[in-house]
Amino acid sequence: MTAPKRTPLFDAHVASGAKMVDFAGWEMPIHYGSQLKEHEIVRSDAGMFDVSHMTVVDITGSDAKVWLQKLIANDVAKLGFEGKALYSGMLNEQGGVVDDLIVYLTATGYRMVINAGTTEKDLAWMDKQSAGFDVKLQVRRDLAMLAVQGPTAIAKVCSVKPELADAIQALKVFQGLPSGDWFFARTGYTGEDGLEIMIPADQAITFFDELKAAGVAPIGLGARDTLRLEAGMNLYGHDMDETVSPLEAGMGWTIAWTEGRDFIGRAALEAQKAAGVAMKQVGLVLEGRGVLREGQKVVVDGAEGIITSGTFSPTLKHSIAIARVPAATGATAQVDLRGTLTEVRVVKMPFVRNGKKVFE
Amino acid sequence: MSNIPAELKYVSSHEWLRLEADGSVTVGITEHAQELLGDIVFVELPAVGANLAADEQAGVVESVKAASDVYAPIAGEILEVNAELEANPELANSEPYAAGWFFKIKPANAADLDGLLDAAAYAAEIGA
Repeated sequence: MTAPKRTPLFDAHVASGAKMVDFAGWEMPIHYGSQLKEHEIVRSDAGMFDVSHMTVVDITGSDAKVWLQKLIANDVAKLGFEGKALYSGMLNEQGGVVDDLIVYLTATGYRMVINAGTTEKDLAWMDKQSAGFDVKLQVRRDLAMLAVQGPTAIAKVCSVKPELADAIQALKVFQGLPSGDWFFARTGYTGEDGLEIMIPADQAITFFDELKAAGVAPIGLGARDTLRLEAGMNLYGHDMDETVSPLEAGMGWTIAWTEGRDFIGRAALEAQKAAGVAMKQVGLVLEGRGVLREGQKVVVDGAEGIITSGTFSPTLKHSIAIARVPAATGATAQVDLRGTLTEVRVVKMPFVRNGKKVFE
Repeated sequence: MSNIPAELKYVSSHEWLRLEADGSVTVGITEHAQELLGDIVFVELPAVGANLAADEQAGVVESVKAASDVYAPIAGEILEVNAELEANPELANSEPYAAGWFFKIKPANAADLDGLLDAAAYAAEIGA
């Protein structure tokens, strides 16, 4: 056992009263008192999440673009200007998801943000796939990362960084602004407006304290999970992994099928499409009592699916889940809820966007 | 540091018991239990009139994080359940020993309480 790692913001979490837990080998805040209150703050005001445990990788070299076009299923050719962001899966030859990630176009190449729990595996995979390409990977452990999310998040960041306010306010969704060693991107994992901000590690606590003074509440990983689930966003290792096709995990829209583009996993995905994709990802809604949980069995006309993430939705005040179900699933399904088959509604995700219920 | 009132009895499945003047016993979950569960969003309580054996399932408490069974700490008949808790499950977080009580039970055998944990023994059990 190695001791859990600490982000540059560790002391700020402890000073803010966080309950710290081990998450993917990192000592991270699960909540600072109440997960439900933190969730509501992000839906109605502004909160900040330490996401420094995620890994930033800068990619340079003359082959960076063609290499990324092979490595990931979405196409970095779509990145038209510096700071633009793209969400993608990185697939294996069998078409399973090695990781999901965001990649930005930078002045010198590309910047990728990968999951904490998959970092070692991803770096080994990327290293292996780089044979024969002129690419250089640099892991940026010198950066901390804070996600500031909520309807007032951007205004509050601007109040702390007045010199950058105009440029930050001009950012469109999935667009980023480099500023020295800092990087402000209008992305997130909550279904609210906001920014994900990369910060030189030695300036992270000062920035955290300034945001706190500006009325941005620290938010733990607990609320991060309920927020992303309401937003219908996948969590790696739960909603998909190396054994799950992106076509069965709601990630079809992230695959760039441009003719002649040969990304890893393409042949496997084309074979799946030709044979007919057996499962699909849907949202489940339980309006009665009880909470849908990961791993519970979904029954549809005698066939089976599985809940990949489930929770109580603090915004909707009932339970919601992400599930992988037979492709023919219609408007309802049954879930084995602690031994009782319970009827649930099948809906198109997301569940919540910008503080409001969005499914029918 | 969890609050463990000295005047209550406890069981290792984290329920507390209070002997009332009329001989009935009020049952809830401990502060330590609600800390472990996190924000509680649903509770399922037993039917009034049900006769439960000791350690028989008496309900369910669901938090954002997990579902957990609640047990009858002693054998007896359910006299009353806390309807206010069903409507406001967060009371089990905020006032686990007061407004967040779960149910009242009429002990099948009043002496059953004597064998349960006192505050010091429960504190030792949870490492408090």
